[in-house]
Amino acid sequence: MPSTLDRSNQSALARADDITLERACENTPLTRNHLVAYYLSAMDEVFRALADASRRLLLDRLHAKNGQTLNELCDGLAMTRQAVTKHLAILEEANLVTTLRNGREKLHYLNPVPIHQIGERWIKKFERGKLTALSELKRQLEKRDE
Amino acid sequence: MSSKPDFVYVTFIRTTPERLWTALTTPEFIRQYWFGMHCESDWKPGSPWKLVFADGRLADAGEIVEADPPQRLVIKWRNEWNAEMRAEGYSLCTFQIESVPDASRQAVKLSITHAIERTESKFIEAVSGGWPRIISNLKSLLETGSVVLPPKAA
Repeated sequence: MPSTLDRSNQSALARADDITLERACENTPLTRNHLVAYYLSAMDEVFRALADASRRLLLDRLHAKNGQTLNELCDGLAMTRQAVTKHLAILEEANLVTTLRNGREKLHYLNPVPIHQIGERWIKKFERGKLTALSELKRQLEKRDE
Repeated sequence: MSSKPDFVYVTFIRTTPERLWTALTTPEFIRQYWFGMHCESDWKPGSPWKLVFADGRLADAGEIVEADPPQRLVIKWRNEWNAEMRAEGYSLCTFQIESVPDASRQAVKLSITHAIERTESKFIEAVSGGWPRIISNLKSLLETGSVVLPPKAA
């Protein structure tokens, strides 16, 4: 089905309007399609990493308390240490988790930058100010309910 | 200063370490991705540093602790415009720039950490919300020449 593939590439190109392709292609050996693939694959990795409930749980735990060791993260979880290690590797590969050495400890941090970039890809097309006002309203109203 | 930062933000940018360093230290360039705000300093260790609102009011201030272009920049940083956050004292913000070794295309990894010597910090909460937007803008500007979010109209 080469024609379908071509068409999907075309629409990917059309959608990648936050990238000035000619400009980004300057001084690189990449063709247009490879460049699109580069951006989309980085985003694919983020979506793939987020598509698993256990991995989202790990992100939630880091959101609640940033900078945890593997032991802390495993504490109270119904997951084996090996499973947590595997999930963390996928999250790190997607740049959603980043690690720092603190003495002998390896600390895990939630990195929200890729999620933010995904949001902007679509949100910027609408009126951001109104969205911010709406989510602030929602936050305030829900706070009052507590 | 606590050795464990409160957050670490990482992004990969298709640029050179030198260009990224220039982007982080040139007021005219900073304005384009920092929502109209800019930094002023001569970027030498021990020199004063300040962050200025678009209208010229002082936002934050401090001192350059380390400057090793184009790899590492550490700023002693205190809020100046909000009494409560100002009272929290100085934080330490570190920018680390690394070339990505295996990239056939040139790319750098930018890591930003921001730490303060206290457990509950309003200031850290405030900057932790701002950094992802600033970093996204910076990435977009360096890779495509335009920002996703322009500064707010005055």
